[in-house]
Amino acid sequence: MAKWIPLWLHKLGSPPTFYRFAGAVRPWAMGLALLFGVIGLYGGLVLAPPDYQQGDAYRIIFIHVPSAWMSMFVYAVMGVSGFIALVWRMKLAEVVAMESAPIGAAFAFITLATGSLWGKPMWGTWWTWDARLTSELVLLFLYLGVIGLYHAFEDRRQGARAASFLAIIGVINVPIVHYSVVWWNTLHQGSTVNIFGHSKMPWDMLWPLLAMTLATKCYYAASLCRRARTDILALESGKDWVREIAQAEAAR
Amino acid sequence: MSALSHFFAMGGYAGYVWPAYAVFFAVLIADSVAPRLRRRRILRDLRGRLARQTARERRSTSSTPAP
Repeated sequence: MAKWIPLWLHKLGSPPTFYRFAGAVRPWAMGLALLFGVIGLYGGLVLAPPDYQQGDAYRIIFIHVPSAWMSMFVYAVMGVSGFIALVWRMKLAEVVAMESAPIGAAFAFITLATGSLWGKPMWGTWWTWDARLTSELVLLFLYLGVIGLYHAFEDRRQGARAASFLAIIGVINVPIVHYSVVWWNTLHQGSTVNIFGHSKMPWDMLWPLLAMTLATKCYYAASLCRRARTDILALESGKDWVREIAQAEAAR
Repeated sequence: MSALSHFFAMGGYAGYVWPAYAVFFAVLIADSVAPRLRRRRILRDLRGRLARQTARERRSTSSTPAP
């Protein structure tokens, strides 16, 4: 272990320590997600004024855009931890990569479904083979591919490594999704919110969107904690500390 | 029109806005319920395995042939 890595980080890599750590983080992350979610939804659905062109239909943005950002963010996390899993053979990185996949797939699915419900009244169609829509669909299929490949192996760790490899290759799709509205002439509108520059959105519409973005980020942290804990129990089911948990929960 | 029914009407787009929010919540609820069920199943299977193991050990010690 390199000297510059603090000891607590090294300890966090051990499954029982991470199990406890994730158990402590999860309720806080979920609480923050609910708090930001309630604030964001109230701001987005009640306080924000209707759009001058799209009326109230634009309010789908408050779930569509945060979900779309999360579908890319989760993929990046999955790619990075997949890389760590392949290079350093860290068990915990495999867990994080493989348990991120279903959450990312959920967000990609939400993005496509809510986008479709938004596209029908605004564009007059549920679906079109537009660059943004197609690359997001490919992102969903990449998630499903990673999940499928992981479960196709008898040996879980072997499956995790194969699926991590697919996840790393698929990272190329993330910038394609992001820049699709710039590189191609798309029916999908360009970016409304710009982190480094001027956002083309009034503040009373922007802050609910940012609150929902924080809510989905916190939700991902909470869901990942729960999923990683569950997966660690399955991985370590032969160990004494997991047996103790099993017996303790039976007694309850 | 009352304020509440005005809110639910979503300016005529209720048929698109509310299903979108329903999808969002349904998918995320399913995502948080799935690991809970899996955890319960893992621990139940583990307890079953441990119970079988102790039963087997007890049987093998009691069935040693007496001289």
